Amino acid sequence: MGQLFAVEVIYRGVFQKTLAKNITRDIVLAAHNEGKLGISFGRYGDAPERNGIPAKSFAIVAKDEQTLEAGMAQYEPKQVDLTVVLDDTLCKGTESWAWYGLQPVHHALKPGHTLIVVSRDDAPGLLKNIHRREEPYKLGILKGITSFSGMWVFKDDHTDVRVLGAIAKALPELFSLESVEQFITEKLKNPLKVTSARNAYERFGTTDVKPGQGNPEELFKFTKPDWEDMRGGVSIKGQPQGGPYADPTTGKVGGFRPARNELFKKYSTRTQRPVINFSTCTKCTLCWLNCPDASFDVTPDGTYDANLAACCGCGICEEVCPVKDCVHMVNESEFHGNDSQWAAFKKDKDAYLKWLETTIEKAEPIEKRSHGFRYRGQYQEQVPEALEIAKKG
Amino acid sequence: MATLTIPVEQKKKGSEQEALITGAEAIAIACKLANVDVVTAYPIRPYDTVMQYISQLVADGEMDCEYIVAEGEHSQFEIVKHASACGARTFCGSSGVGWMYAMEALTVTPALRIPLVAMVGNRALDDPGAFGVEHNDALAVRDLGWMLTWVDSAQEALDTALIAYRVAEDRRIFVPLAISCDGAFLTHSQALVQIPSKEQVKKFLPAYNRGDLLLHPDNVISVAPQVNEDWVMEIRRQNFGVTEIACDVIREVYADFEKTFGRKYGNPFFEEYMTEDAEVVLLGMGTLSTPVKVAIRKMREQGKKVGFVRLRWFRPFAGKEIGKCLERFKAIGVLDRDFSFGSPDLSGVVATEVRSAMYSNSATRPPVIGFIGGLGGREVTVPDVEAATEIIFQAAKGKAQPLTQWIGLRG
Repeated sequence: MGQLFAVEVIYRGVFQKTLAKNITRDIVLAAHNEGKLGISFGRYGDAPERNGIPAKSFAIVAKDEQTLEAGMAQYEPKQVDLTVVLDDTLCKGTESWAWYGLQPVHHALKPGHTLIVVSRDDAPGLLKNIHRREEPYKLGILKGITSFSGMWVFKDDHTDVRVLGAIAKALPELFSLESVEQFITEKLKNPLKVTSARNAYERFGTTDVKPGQGNPEELFKFTKPDWEDMRGGVSIKGQPQGGPYADPTTGKVGGFRPARNELFKKYSTRTQRPVINFSTCTKCTLCWLNCPDASFDVTPDGTYDANLAACCGCGICEEVCPVKDCVHMVNESEFHGNDSQWAAFKKDKDAYLKWLETTIEKAEPIEKRSHGFRYRGQYQEQVPEALEIAKKG
Repeated sequence: MATLTIPVEQKKKGSEQEALITGAEAIAIACKLANVDVVTAYPIRPYDTVMQYISQLVADGEMDCEYIVAEGEHSQFEIVKHASACGARTFCGSSGVGWMYAMEALTVTPALRIPLVAMVGNRALDDPGAFGVEHNDALAVRDLGWMLTWVDSAQEALDTALIAYRVAEDRRIFVPLAISCDGAFLTHSQALVQIPSKEQVKKFLPAYNRGDLLLHPDNVISVAPQVNEDWVMEIRRQNFGVTEIACDVIREVYADFEKTFGRKYGNPFFEEYMTEDAEVVLLGMGTLSTPVKVAIRKMREQGKKVGFVRLRWFRPFAGKEIGKCLERFKAIGVLDRDFSFGSPDLSGVVATEVRSAMYSNSATRPPVIGFIGGLGGREVTVPDVEAATEIIFQAAKGKAQPLTQWIGLRG
C-alpha cells in the first residue's frame, strides 16, 4: 500500500458549491501532473442545495491504483491530510444536514497536519471560534475575502488557484507549485492566475496550534440508536408547542417561545446575524411573520428576539422591517456567543444600545458577507477588491 | 333489509344469515361488519363493484363511514394512509393499472406501519387494455412489505377480509394487506355465503388501536421525515421484523376465527386437495382452483394420483410449510396466472418462489414445472389442466420436460 492523500474542503452550501467542486477537481488534476491518480467528490448526504449549510468536498489522491481504490472504498475519508475552510465563519463548527450535532472544523484532520482557512482575520481571532482539541495541528490563513457566488455560477476571484498555491506549500508531497502552475497554464490558460497561485504559495505560512488551544465550547454529542430502540413507523417525537417565558430581569411572564428541534441547531449555518434595537421596535410582527425558520421569540414585552439557535441568517427580517434602525444584519464572524439579545437589552438598556452602535459599525457592511449576491453588479465590484487583497497578501 | 343482500333462504344458522352474493359484495359486507371508518374509491373494473356495493350500503343507512371518491388511485391510497395514521379503520382497493397508478402511495405505506386493508380485483395490466384477471397487478408490491393473500370463493373473501383486519391491526404487524380477488370469476359471480352477525364480528375484531403511533395533537409525532444513510437500514430492519413473525400471527388469528365463527380453514397458508396419496401435485392461487379440482376428480376416476395445493398467502410466503409439504411428491406443476419476464427458467412468479422455497426447505428435489396460463381472463379449462398433469407425470417418471410451458395458448 502506497501513501493515500485525502483533502477535504469545507464550504457553504449553494454559495460556494462550484468553488469547492473546482478546487477538489483541480487538486486531482495538479497531482496528476506528477503521475498521481485521484478522484474528487462531494459528500452525498450534505444537501448543498440549502442556503449556507456547511458541506464538504473531497479529493483523494494516490500514486497507484490499488491505494486509490482503498481510498475510494470509503464513503468519505475518515481522516484527512489537509482541511481547507472556504469561509471563516465555519470555524465555529460545521453542522451539516443530519450530522447530529456540531463538528469542529478539524474533525477529520490528522494530528500535526494543516488547517487552511480563507480569512481576513488572524490566528488568535480564528482560534476564538475553532474548537480546541487534544492533538496539535497547524493553522494557515489564506488572506482574502470569503468568495461567495450562486448555485450554478463561479466567481472567478482567484480563490481557487490561491488555495492550490497554499496547498503546495502546506502539503508538498501532494503536488509542487510547478505542478500547480502547469495545471493552470494548460487547463485554465490564465497567466494572471499563475501569478495568484505563486503569490499565495510564497506568502502562505502556518502557526502551530498546541493541544487545548482554542474555543473551549463543549460540543453537542449524539448517539445513534439501534433499530430495536427506534420508534416504529418512521415516526419521531414531535416538538411540544412552547409557550410564554419569563423576563430575566423583572420576572414578568409573557410572550411566546416555540419549542425547537433539540438535535439540530443552526449556529453554524449563518454567515450573518440579525442584531435588534428593541427600543425602536414597533411590534409590527413582520419579522416574526416572515421568518422562514420561526426563529423569533415573542418577548414578554411584545418585541421580537431573534433566537440564534434557530436563525440561519437569511436576512429576510431586515428586508421586511419597516423601521430604519431596528433590524441589522451584521457579520457573524464578529460574534462568539449566541445569547439572547433581548435579555442583554433588559439587563442594561444603555449598555446594550451602545454595544449595538459599535457592533453595527464594526461588523463590516453586510454586502461583503452576504449569502451570494444581493444586488446587480456586486460581482463586478467585488472581484477587483478581492484581487487587490490577494495581491497584497 | 338491504336490496343488495338478496336472501335466498331466510333460514337462521346460529346467528348467521345466508345470502347469494358476489365476492366483491362479500368484501363490502365485511367492511360493514368490521365497522370501517374511512373508505376511498376510484372506479376501475373489476374493483369498482366493491365501491358500488359499499356506496349502496352507505346510501341505505346500513353502514356509517366517510366515503371519499378520490380523483385518482394515487390520492385514493394516500387518503386512507393518512386516515389510518390518525386512527381510522380504512378500506381501499383497485385493479390492474389503477393499482399501478397508486404505486408511489403503495410503496410508502408499509414503512409507516399503516394497517390498511385493500381489495385488489385482479386485472391484466395494460397494454392491451383488458378487464380479465391476471395476478401481476397485486404481485407488483410483493417485495415492498405488503401482505398479500388470494381467495377463491365469496365466502373466503368475506372471512379473509375480517381476518385481514385482525392480522394487519395486530400491533406486532401494522402493515398494509391486500386481498386479491380474481376479476370476473370471483368479483362478478354470485354464490351462497354465510354472513356472520355484527356481534360475532365485534367479539373477533377489537377496535383499531394505533397506540404511540397515533397521529394526533395529544400525541405529538412527526411521521416520515427525510433521513440519510445513517437511518434507512434500521428502518428497513424494523419492517423485516414484521415478516419474521407474520406467519405466527396469521396462525393465531385463523385459530381464533375458527373458535368464533366455527368455519375451518385448516392450514391458513394453503389448502390441500386430494394430496394424501398423490404422486404429483398442481399448485396455484385464486379461482383456477375450480377447473383444477374438477380435472383432478376426473383424473382420479381414471386412477391417476394427482392432488392440488391452493396457495392462500403469498406474502408472507410460508416457505418452510410449503417446502415440507411439497417434498413428498414426485413432481410439481405450478400454474401461474402471471408472468415474470426474464426470471430464472422464464417461469411465472409463483413457480419461481416455490423453487426458491423448496431449495432451502425440502429434503427432496422433485422437478417443478411452471405453467403460464389463464392470462387476461382466459379460461383455464379442464382439458388444459389434464394436459399439464400429463406433463408432470412424465417429469415424475424422469423424462425431462421444459421448465416453463404456456397452456391454453393458440398455436
